[in-house]
Amino acid sequence: MTHALIAGVHEFPERKTARSVLEIQALSARAALDDAGLEPKDVDGYFTVAGNPGVGPLATVDYLNLTPRHVDGTTIGGSSFVAHVNHAAAAIAGGRCRVALITYGSTSRSSGVAVGTRERISGEYVDQFEALYGISTVGLYALIAQRHMHEYGTTGAQLAEIAVACRRHAGLNPVALYRDPITVDDVLRSPMISSPLHLLDCCVITDGGGALVVVHPDLARDLRKPPVRLLGSAEAVAHTAAGRRDYLVSAAAQTGPRAFAAAGVSPADVAMAMIYDSFTITVLVTLEDLGFCKKGEGGAFVGGGRLQLGGALPINTDGGGLSSNHPGMRGIFLVIEAVKQLRGEGGARQVPDCRVALVHGTGGAFGTRHSGATLVLGAA
Amino acid sequence: MAGYAKPLPEITDESRPFWEGCRRHEFLVQRCRACGARQHYPRGVCAACWRDDLEWLPSAGRGRIYSFTVTHRTQARGFRDELPYVLAWVELDEGVQVLTNVVGCDPAAVRVGLAVRVTFEDVTPEISIPRFTPVS
Ligand SMILES: [Zn+2]
Repeated sequence: MTHALIAGVHEFPERKTARSVLEIQALSARAALDDAGLEPKDVDGYFTVAGNPGVGPLATVDYLNLTPRHVDGTTIGGSSFVAHVNHAAAAIAGGRCRVALITYGSTSRSSGVAVGTRERISGEYVDQFEALYGISTVGLYALIAQRHMHEYGTTGAQLAEIAVACRRHAGLNPVALYRDPITVDDVLRSPMISSPLHLLDCCVITDGGGALVVVHPDLARDLRKPPVRLLGSAEAVAHTAAGRRDYLVSAAAQTGPRAFAAAGVSPADVAMAMIYDSFTITVLVTLEDLGFCKKGEGGAFVGGGRLQLGGALPINTDGGGLSSNHPGMRGIFLVIEAVKQLRGEGGARQVPDCRVALVHGTGGAFGTRHSGATLVLGAA
Repeated sequence: MAGYAKPLPEITDESRPFWEGCRRHEFLVQRCRACGARQHYPRGVCAACWRDDLEWLPSAGRGRIYSFTVTHRTQARGFRDELPYVLAWVELDEGVQVLTNVVGCDPAAVRVGLAVRVTFEDVTPEISIPRFTPVS
């Protein structure tokens, strides 16, 4: 049963902008409503992350002059906007709204934020046991890569295949930040940031934003384009577990089976996947945990062109966070690209016969605490 | 100790016994009197049963490296002047994992599974930071 439809999407195309965080969101919302064939007056549910100035739900509804009857500020890291789709579907199914708008905006690049290597301080109680050891986001993912190599013999060259796949796809995306092809050797020869992760194992830093419009199935006839169906979804968290954690198992091990079961499909039915790629290791562990391959076999699975267009499971066809854009919380772009693929709007990067797509967002850090959100999406 | 440029813990009543233990160069691990669970990081309640009947037991301070990363680039205060350095998860013999630095050795010699012991750096009159170093 389809509880909700994704009716409109828009990705703000600039990678470095003079626009403000609020302008990015308003312009993206207008374009996503145009894509859906709807108007601001139709919006009665609103979703965005809480937190930074200019991106909290109160700041944005005020700026947009929007008076929704349902508001959700779920903030669980970069996966938040994937979770928002799930929450919008639940709100629609529960009669709390009929047209849900989800927005995101960030000016990380023009503000000079070093997303991956800055000191990671949350302002939370746990800082006093973590921040004093020089932690950064890249370091907390590097810990997982090192352990995976130890347990399963995974190599840097295998991780590099993920970066190579994303870069090839970025070459087909006119607005991607980096478009020149790279090789496995290029990744391995790029500067070591936090071993075993090299510079080209890490996502880019950009400005950016976007918007999604999720609607009640009853509205299907009023839309401008064939809507994408939400077939199944799930969310989960994984954390330090009081000091007893298997850090190689991510939240995706919980969300994958639940989302596939809800959708009534299996990994073999998925034509393409949008996997949060803060770092190459994020993708490898996520693919294992979602069930595309067995735990520990990710290193072999990602090679041989499998993740590239023409392979069995193309991922991140927009170029991903590794090559297209990463303003800090990338989840919304995963949904936008999956919707374009399911509508057949991928152009040079279109996956043939794309009927089922998977989206998985990761928020936070694999090395301490993170959230995961999975969507299984179907073509109209 | 003037000149310590790295972040310092903001000690609260909840965590004070742990940091007082570090000042004595003892690494304390909490155990719940109600359910027996051990935990780290320390907190005011048991993470297993949410009761607040906890005792603080000195750890032998020995364990093995669960995973590590040699950091070559960072913006983290104090650390950016000491590159490269080692961030690690150490699993204590008592069974709990501790996020920490591995010090007193060549970063290139660090391995998963390496046996380590705790060492303390006295950085202010009140604060000593626990880190780990290979067992020689
Ligand atoms: Zn207990």
